[in-house]
Amino acid sequence: MAHTPIKPQELEKEFYKDLHTDLLFLNLGPSHPASHGTLRTFCALDGETIKASVLEIGYLHRGFEKTIEKKTYNQVIPYTDRLNYVSSIMNNVGFSKAVEKMLGIQITDRCIFIRVILSELMRVADHLVCIGANLVDIGALTNFWYLYNQRETIYTILEKLTGARLTNSFTRIGGLYRDLYPGFEGDIKFALKEIEKAIMDVTKLIKKNKIFLERTQDVCAVSKEDAISFGFTGPCLRASGVEYDIRKAHPYYYYDQFDFDIPVGQVGDTYDRMFVRFEEMYQSISLIRQYMKKLPGGPINTDDKRAAMPDKSNTYNNIEGLINHFKLVFEGVEVPAGEIYDSTEVANGELGFYIVSDGSGTPYKVKVRPPCFYIFSAFSDMIEGRMIADAVATLGSLNIIAGELDR
Amino acid sequence: MQDIKKESITIAKIKRFFPESILEVNLADNDDCIIIKKEANVEVLSFLKTDADLLFDGLMDVTCVDYLKHPIKRKERFEVVYQLYSYSKRHKIRIKCPVSVKDTTIKSVSHLWKSANWGERETYDMYGITFVGHENLKRLLTHHEFIGHPLRKDYPTKKRQELSANDSLFDQMDVLLKKKGLK
Repeated sequence: MAHTPIKPQELEKEFYKDLHTDLLFLNLGPSHPASHGTLRTFCALDGETIKASVLEIGYLHRGFEKTIEKKTYNQVIPYTDRLNYVSSIMNNVGFSKAVEKMLGIQITDRCIFIRVILSELMRVADHLVCIGANLVDIGALTNFWYLYNQRETIYTILEKLTGARLTNSFTRIGGLYRDLYPGFEGDIKFALKEIEKAIMDVTKLIKKNKIFLERTQDVCAVSKEDAISFGFTGPCLRASGVEYDIRKAHPYYYYDQFDFDIPVGQVGDTYDRMFVRFEEMYQSISLIRQYMKKLPGGPINTDDKRAAMPDKSNTYNNIEGLINHFKLVFEGVEVPAGEIYDSTEVANGELGFYIVSDGSGTPYKVKVRPPCFYIFSAFSDMIEGRMIADAVATLGSLNIIAGELDR
Repeated sequence: MQDIKKESITIAKIKRFFPESILEVNLADNDDCIIIKKEANVEVLSFLKTDADLLFDGLMDVTCVDYLKHPIKRKERFEVVYQLYSYSKRHKIRIKCPVSVKDTTIKSVSHLWKSANWGERETYDMYGITFVGHENLKRLLTHHEFIGHPLRKDYPTKKRQELSANDSLFDQMDVLLKKKGLK
């Protein structure tokens, strides 16, 4: 598939004999519409070929980890929204799950099911945005509208459910903000159908499109070994042919009891990264349908006194309930001293939270392991020797979200 | 209290091959965790990476913890933390190395895993731990004129610094170009 273009130097040897060329230095970013965030790639160019590049990040660094050392565990949840702001509920779930594991709290089945349904919905939204924007970078604008319209459908559901479109803050330690609204099932059914239609439309447009194939196949491929060494996870790792998904390898939230496949690529090029995402959306849609079918009733919050607010009747009529209420409000959920590294499979890969607790209501230290931090560190190696246009197409397929990259 | 977990093969092997490097083995927490001397970090980690039974081919994260204000007092102020994962064997372990405030150096493992490159740079930026042998130990998330290390517990949350000049990045570019024979 790949072919090296014939250089003009080879065609007109006489003309180029005395012509001395220098490397040209160019900044791609930090503020550039094709860079999907504030990322700076400093390139040394020979013609349009990138000979070497240096990356600079940190333009969106806002001290996430420093700030939350002064917040209670429940107050951290709105901050996690701003990590990967395209699929914020998945970050909420990741953080809550880590803290609950530290506390040893068993959350209710209904809570687990709702968390999974929303997470998978967010995964679809994240992939829709990633693929849509990536196709715009390649010049296929029409697809962007097909996909973005469906992302709107998802966000409308979330708006109805959580009150916010982007920064949902939906989970709490030990439960959720609120239960599903009546009519949620119908909305989901409608949305999933629309999403499937949109994906079909887009794949029909691009699957046999020669321009698309030439722009993506064999472009910036990452080998299995490199992907592992760079700490790749998620769709980018699976595109390189490594069958690793936390939902399968270390199942949580009943993922092992439901039927889904892990799509795996072959060469790890832009094309593979994109089509792994396409396939993952189908798997997520199927998962949402399966979880919806078995959605149990019951409460959404745990009754564990360490994390859950007592009933209002208990607070007003019972001294223990009153104390419990005030302790939770003033001091927060008190997590026993110790540490944990807990990870969930989010849209971009492995989102890990390393939490050190000193026994108080605020975390002593939280380190986030954002998936795209380690993926982006490979970008410099990936684009070396490629054209600028390839670098842009590749950056889109890595789905770098500056919010979680810089924290 | 839950009963103590069975010792994993990783911990058994480290105990067998590096008995004098181990400071503490922690099985009580949720994951396996072992604290080793910082002088032995490269030997232990490269053993973990290459041993046929263990094959920790992925370094998922590097960070550090500053225990200055922790209620449980420790001998050394810092602890560098490595989260290892084996993609092929599907097991994980956490390795920690205590580092004192007087000598904040530790050997770099960036030659073992490529992910250590940025992981160590971020740790240096945030905690001021110097990774000896790292090719390009430069600030990553904060500005290049920034003074201090923000995630240390004695760095005030509300401190402000005025930072202006752009980083030309030519210091890194020159090294790269020389390496490739373009300069």
